[in-house]
Amino acid sequence: MRPVAVIGIGKTRFGAFPERSLRSLAVEAIHQALRDAAVAAPAIEAFYLGNFAGPAFVGQNHLAPYIGTAAGFERIPCTRIENACASGGSAFFHAWQSVASGMYDVVAVAGVEKMTSQTTPRVAEILAEAGDMSNEGRAGATFPALFAMIARRHMHEYGTTREHLAAVAVKNHANGAKNPYAHMQKVITIEQALAGKPVAEPLTVYDCSLISDGAAAVILAPLARARAFTSRFVRILAVAQTSDHLALESKRDITCFPAVRAAGEKAYQAAGMGPKDIDVAELHDCFTIAEIIASEDLGFVEKGQGGPFAAAGCSAIRGKLPINTSGGLKAKGHPVGATGVGQICDIVTQLRGEAGERQVERHRRGLVQNLGGSGATCVVAILEAA
Amino acid sequence: MMSDPSREQEQEESVARGRSPAQHPAGIVYTETVVFAPPQQYVSEAPYQIAILDLEDGTRTTVRILAESPAERVRIGDCAIYVKERDGVLYYRRKS
Repeated sequence: MRPVAVIGIGKTRFGAFPERSLRSLAVEAIHQALRDAAVAAPAIEAFYLGNFAGPAFVGQNHLAPYIGTAAGFERIPCTRIENACASGGSAFFHAWQSVASGMYDVVAVAGVEKMTSQTTPRVAEILAEAGDMSNEGRAGATFPALFAMIARRHMHEYGTTREHLAAVAVKNHANGAKNPYAHMQKVITIEQALAGKPVAEPLTVYDCSLISDGAAAVILAPLARARAFTSRFVRILAVAQTSDHLALESKRDITCFPAVRAAGEKAYQAAGMGPKDIDVAELHDCFTIAEIIASEDLGFVEKGQGGPFAAAGCSAIRGKLPINTSGGLKAKGHPVGATGVGQICDIVTQLRGEAGERQVERHRRGLVQNLGGSGATCVVAILEAA
Repeated sequence: MMSDPSREQEQEESVARGRSPAQHPAGIVYTETVVFAPPQQYVSEAPYQIAILDLEDGTRTTVRILAESPAERVRIGDCAIYVKERDGVLYYRRKS
């Protein structure tokens, strides 16, 4: 395996764009990434697309060549990868492998989802299919319901409170308010978050990520060739992808995600470092409780301390370990298939020192964690400034 | 509650399919939630409670909780007993 670099990034704003097609969003992000890398579309040797439910959301299948040809890729392998909310991270993992193995030199990865053309109950139904439809789905569990049950148990075992959950939402909204690419640019207060409309108890609308449209893309190349394209490349130290059961009832302990722990351990080992070496992280806060648990599973805090860590301001932009400086899925938005690739773009922006008023002080090493379903897929990547 | 005729009929249906209520063990609530934003197919039933139960036979299963009012809902650690099975969904209620 040879070292690989991210040589270009591109994103659309995340939001509700009724006038935009799925394909035009993806192509916009890809073309931005190509421009950023100073690479022409015909130079791309393979294309990986993360997308969760294009067929259900917009009635189009066979999406990778559909988007690849529109982006200007010529006769190359175009492959769609579906791993629920970790579709984007999984596409990144496979693209990285294809360059690290020596198979290809210049590879494009994109993630895209267009969700807002469906009603909220229909979106809930489509998202629920990322859980196990033979039991929990049939019983009426939505995605918020699965994470609500996780939150209840975490509260019961570790004393996590509604205020801890709200602190995550308040922090991520504060960050999103400063991010021009975020779906929601609105500061909220703890009181507002606590008084939100219930979605699945104990979670309110302020605990849930947004239903969004959007796309993100990155261009990869061997580290040895990166400088020939750009001086603003970022080195990929490790990428790990892991899996677990879909159904919560198949797990012994739902207050942690074994797939996250395993992906974190593999990535730290491959990068030759530990949680203390990370300066900034983008964690998969599909729900506020998910950020709290991820911060525990990745070793940033002791088990059960994720809530107090957030409430004390330790994960704010000026905190000990800034988490989700982009606003996270909570405020930036969560166009499911785009999320994992968007998180890579956000960390690359921090490592390049280009995050503007959201820029963190120490920005040598960043970690990205992308979660699929209620923990059945996890991708963790560790990146380092050039 | 157990004299509710519709419930008795559902229990008979369950028995007719080869499963008696006795074959569905009681369980302790491992976790639960009340769903206010349901998927399309359950819109008319919301809000409703679902729970993961640790059953007496050592297995864990996801069920719907039957509650006439919020006061009848379950909490972690409560005991829940089998009521009926419909469309592949197990319905339990809090043991009073």
